[in-house]
Amino acid sequence: MPERRYLIASAVVVLLLALLPLGGSRYAIDVATEVLIYVLFALSLNVLLGFTGNVSFGHAAYFAIGGYACAILLTTYGWPLLFALPAAVVLAGTVAAVVGYFCVRLTQIYFAMLTLAFAMLVWGVAFKWKEVTGGDDGFTGIKLPAMLGHYTSYFWFTLAVVAAAIAALWVICHSAFGLTLIAVRENSVRTGFIGVDTRRMRWAAFTVAGTFAGLAGALFGMYHRGMYIENAYWTESAQVLIMVLLGGIHSFVGPIIGAAVLYLLQIFTNQYTTYWPTVLGLILLVIVLVLPDGLIGLMARLRAYRQAWRRP
Amino acid sequence: MTLTMFTLNAFYGLALAMNMFIIASGLNLIFGVLRVINFAHGMFYMFGAYIVFTVTKSWGAPFFVGVLAAAASLAVIALVIERLMLKHLYGKEHLMQLLFTFALVLLMSDAAKMIWGTDQYSVGYPQGLGGAVNLGFVVLPQYQLFLCVVGPLIALAMWLVVDRTRWGRIVRAATQDREMLAALGVNVPMVYAAVFTIGSALAGVGGALAAPRVALVPGMDATIINECFIIVIIGGLGNLWGSFLGALAFGFVVQFGTVWAPNWQDVLPYLLMLVVLIIRPWGLLGRPEST
Repeated sequence: MPERRYLIASAVVVLLLALLPLGGSRYAIDVATEVLIYVLFALSLNVLLGFTGNVSFGHAAYFAIGGYACAILLTTYGWPLLFALPAAVVLAGTVAAVVGYFCVRLTQIYFAMLTLAFAMLVWGVAFKWKEVTGGDDGFTGIKLPAMLGHYTSYFWFTLAVVAAAIAALWVICHSAFGLTLIAVRENSVRTGFIGVDTRRMRWAAFTVAGTFAGLAGALFGMYHRGMYIENAYWTESAQVLIMVLLGGIHSFVGPIIGAAVLYLLQIFTNQYTTYWPTVLGLILLVIVLVLPDGLIGLMARLRAYRQAWRRP
Repeated sequence: MTLTMFTLNAFYGLALAMNMFIIASGLNLIFGVLRVINFAHGMFYMFGAYIVFTVTKSWGAPFFVGVLAAAASLAVIALVIERLMLKHLYGKEHLMQLLFTFALVLLMSDAAKMIWGTDQYSVGYPQGLGGAVNLGFVVLPQYQLFLCVVGPLIALAMWLVVDRTRWGRIVRAATQDREMLAALGVNVPMVYAAVFTIGSALAGVGGALAAPRVALVPGMDATIINECFIIVIIGGLGNLWGSFLGALAFGFVVQFGTVWAPNWQDVLPYLLMLVVLIIRPWGLLGRPEST
């Protein structure tokens, strides 16, 4: 179990967010919904990136698979949400398991490139399989249950799902399994010596990451009432990678902060200038040259600095 | 497919392969020595192409002056980037270097938009290379023929320099043991700077030579960088002849893919990389890394 004060703090945050529709405008609710979805997406990647130490360049593939699958099951086949959402998540997880089986045989840059290759394959399928996915027009007109039709109810739905998923990820990352992943990251050879099948552990992490990315994708598609091939493109994979790194990879909360900050910064910047890439590039330069451990690391450093100043 | 069509397609595949090799060999050299995966390589390629456009169209200079200008400009840009920023990142994690080059991509793409706008441009074939050569059963365009000559020449030159000269020995030593090389009195930071400069200049040359073949649009860098990665990975990271082989495989797959499976031509190279990586995880000529 997490420390009591963290548990209480999380409950307060969720409660405050749940109260947002009472006071917030439609715009605030829309932004909050999207931030929640990206938070889940970033957290799912961090299972692989931060905990296991594998850089995936193709994480958008599972996001897109979850999104497309949920959209198609709901709309083309008329499944109820209760079945369509879990089925989409399971499908994303299954594809991640199959792709992961091949990818975890490689390490480092080769691993990254193979994940990219598979992701571009997913993108190609979404692009070319026009009858099913809508091709480059995207898959639009997703049918949602009437209950979730209103943006407020969809926000509550997203909040509930994301909160539950984050709790599940927290449990997974802090279980014996999660600690084993950290051991694999820190010293793969030594972890192998004490009897851990490191490749299998990385495979499991890959599958978990893909599954939760699929959930985030499903939420994303339903929220936008459409999925587009850009959601599977490698730039999307790069963006979520940056979110995680901005927050800080070696902590559980880092990606949450990174996703929220990056997304908010993006919509804020777009109000004033079309040069978002420049802003993002400068942010990256700051991360790389000054803040290698992300915002979480910065906060830790500031805290240490303050303490040192208090006790001279 | 008739013999004529087959020869023509094989020839276009070869020309594409050689153009891609020139670009990918720079990326490969930089990775081989610096162990940095340079995402900005595609951006350097795009700048090379745009610079040729400016030099030939706006200033009216001959094409090959444009090629030289592209190589020189990219060398300068690369040198500045290396000396100011990249050199601080060699000891850090791969991920940090990668993010750094990704930041360069973002910054340079906006810079390109500011300098050249978002219009589509084209560059004509250079004078004397715009015609065609008649072989009896097939007519081959001169410019593509020229690429088929330049590609192997660059490969050969790189092989000679890296494998047969003292400077090449130092570069190879730098890939093996940086500290030992420094202890022997070699100025290792200069070696790194030179390699990054030369590798980036190759991207500029590759982009300049590609300019008559392709449309100059924003975003042309993204496709190229992914294709270069595919080539370098197929061949085996850091291996010169591996990249050559990878480029050939890429060129033929793309060219014949356009003919036989036109709907899937964007995905075929990725499929190729997938198959190679599953069968030979370290590329065709690569060796498993011990790190």
